[in-house]
Amino acid sequence: MSVVRVPPVLREEAGGAREVEASGATVRELLEDLAGRMPALGDKIYDGDEIRPYVNVYVDGEDVRTSGGLDAPVREGATVVLLPAMAGGKL
Amino acid sequence: MIADSLLDLIGDTPLVALRQLSPTGRTIYAKLEGQNPTGSIKDRIALAMVDAADLAPGQELLEPTSGNTGISLALVAKLRGYKLTCVMPANATPERRLVLELYGATIVDSPANEGSNGAVRLAQELAAADDRYVMLFQYANEANPRAHYEGTGAEIVRDLPRVDALVAGLGTGGTLMGTGARVREAFPGVIVAAAEPLPGDPVMGLRSLDDGYVPPILDVTKLDRKILVSNAESVVAVHALLEREGIFAGVSAGAVVHVARKIAEELPEGSTVAAVLADGGWKYLSAEFWSAVDVEESMERTLWW
Repeated sequence: MSVVRVPPVLREEAGGAREVEASGATVRELLEDLAGRMPALGDKIYDGDEIRPYVNVYVDGEDVRTSGGLDAPVREGATVVLLPAMAGGKL
Repeated sequence: MIADSLLDLIGDTPLVALRQLSPTGRTIYAKLEGQNPTGSIKDRIALAMVDAADLAPGQELLEPTSGNTGISLALVAKLRGYKLTCVMPANATPERRLVLELYGATIVDSPANEGSNGAVRLAQELAAADDRYVMLFQYANEANPRAHYEGTGAEIVRDLPRVDALVAGLGTGGTLMGTGARVREAFPGVIVAAAEPLPGDPVMGLRSLDDGYVPPILDVTKLDRKILVSNAESVVAVHALLEREGIFAGVSAGAVVHVARKIAEELPEGSTVAAVLADGGWKYLSAEFWSAVDVEESMERTLWW
């Protein structure tokens, strides 16, 4: 089981929770599990094939887009962070 | 050293070994971008973007910015003889406004409740309505990564005999794209790593997924690592830089050093890591986090770079 931190913009889809739990040994399994339990949240971050373009998923602080994508491993007890893709940087 | 213009002193920043903060057997070199004329790495891209724009008589510069980029543009605009207008949220700090005004920039307020997105929107509207304005827009301007390819990256390759990892902060992506490409040409096995701020809830609360934005100059596939750094981790590293190395650096530099140490530990002994420190700590003196007990709480309302 991993803890998934939910950003403010997605909390409504998570029933108001700041954190939810999900399980899976890879990012794909974890997102499938999350989408099964919270379809509204799952739909906002994952289209069944890919992570949606304006969402970043981090496992233990590493963006999965640079660490294996949906096949990236997720260890038991990992911290998963969901973030909207923001323009980095203070304007 | 004698220079004909302050603009000639942009770039060519020194690298200093972090002997106390490097893991045993590895060396982290910090590139001190705070030593640029206005105190940040943004001097490089401001000069490159303004010169690439090649303004015609009567044209003026316009940019949504209340940060380092604005100050750098203000200096370059002054010395190149151009007018500069900066669009910023009405609640930007008095120091930010004052320094831009002192450098001679004109300030236009955007609605405070729309944050930086509102500043971008208003700047785009002003530029569309008046063809006198030329908006450089650092997030989409190819002169931004090019300045780092030709400057920051070339200097690192010239100065270091080997580079096993390059770490820089992720903002527009310009530093990582340009410097990364140049360093990778010289050292094909280099790990190009981005340190990315973990924004606090109050910052993120202003955004919706529909406001999602990936800067056009950023190609995430060119990054080998992209690592999230909390405000607390950044500030701990800022303190360590000052206490153990004597380097007074800004918040993003703390995040970069945090990631540089993490990656250096993963690399074999003998490895060299280049870390780009974007600015000094001077602009953050009025921030509460220097003495805060709960750093996350004191920092989470602001986006720090």
